Amino acid sequence: MANRLRYTYAVVRPSSALEHVLSDVRGVANASVALVRSTTVAAAVSSVPEEEFSEQALKDRLEDLDWLETVARAHHSVVEVLSAHTTVLPLRLATLYADDAHVREMLGERRQTFTALLDRLADHVEWGVKIYTEPSNETAPSEPPVGGDLSAQSRPGRAYLQRRSDQRRAREDVWRAAEEMIRRIDAEARDLAVEHARHRLQQGRLAGGPGENVANDAYLVPRHLAEEFRDRVLRSTEGLPGLRVEVTGPWAPYSFAEPAAPDTREGAPPQ
Amino acid sequence: MTTERDRDLPDRRIALIDLLDRLLSGGVVLTGDLMLSIADVDLVRISLRAVIVSVSGQMEELWTPVVRAPLSEEGRTQ
Repeated sequence: MANRLRYTYAVVRPSSALEHVLSDVRGVANASVALVRSTTVAAAVSSVPEEEFSEQALKDRLEDLDWLETVARAHHSVVEVLSAHTTVLPLRLATLYADDAHVREMLGERRQTFTALLDRLADHVEWGVKIYTEPSNETAPSEPPVGGDLSAQSRPGRAYLQRRSDQRRAREDVWRAAEEMIRRIDAEARDLAVEHARHRLQQGRLAGGPGENVANDAYLVPRHLAEEFRDRVLRSTEGLPGLRVEVTGPWAPYSFAEPAAPDTREGAPPQ
Repeated sequence: MTTERDRDLPDRRIALIDLLDRLLSGGVVLTGDLMLSIADVDLVRISLRAVIVSVSGQMEELWTPVVRAPLSEEGRTQ
């Protein structure tokens, strides 16, 4: 029997109902998922083969985007199952312990932190809000340069500069609209969300979607306001040309699963 | 201006990049027994740079920690 490691997905408050739910769930490496308890908190864990998840093995496998995607989706699917039943503190990808005893030790050491976080995040969901510029239409008709076509042919330099300046103006318009959109979303969020997190902008091959990502935010919203939040964000952003907004979620509170930084505590967040 | 409602299709696949935003820069960071969490994110940044970063040649950090701020009536520090 090969050595096994404990892949940890999330911290929750344990219950027999939750154990029952997990009994037919499969996680990373198609392994079953169990709760490791330490009094009032528990970690959802899978027993995974060391040859695949040891430090050295991970270094090699994390180079492999397909492997990374498989593990990320499996991790997320376990978090989602738990989220349907209880408050969840998702852990970062690929957090591994040697055995259950070490998981228990970690839970014991951080029980107070976890309990406070679980209390703070109870009955909240995370929404992702992304803004994209629509791919620009470079062939938009522009004012003919003074002097008409003849001048455009005889003075290609001027026509070129005119085109450049039109493009720059169009781009400035889009940025102005984006600023306005962010302002509107922020106004809605202040009514409904209790916390805001900013992710890096998405770019590159994985970014998908047409256009350029100009905002990538997450909001922590009380569950009973979740639908209202999404509807109001989508409604508030209507009618701004050249932009597209995408709302993702509701997510488990991934972006808020750490103690709030002390310097951001301007009084207690609204409950 | 178009909008997308992500849950119109129940089995719509979550975009990998949205997932990685949350799994590599969000979530509780524990050291674990293998000292993995932080080191591995760095590793992923480096090893997947070729895949993920656009060819713009920018060497900006992938998956930097999320910047968080409370939203409250008092407003945020500017």
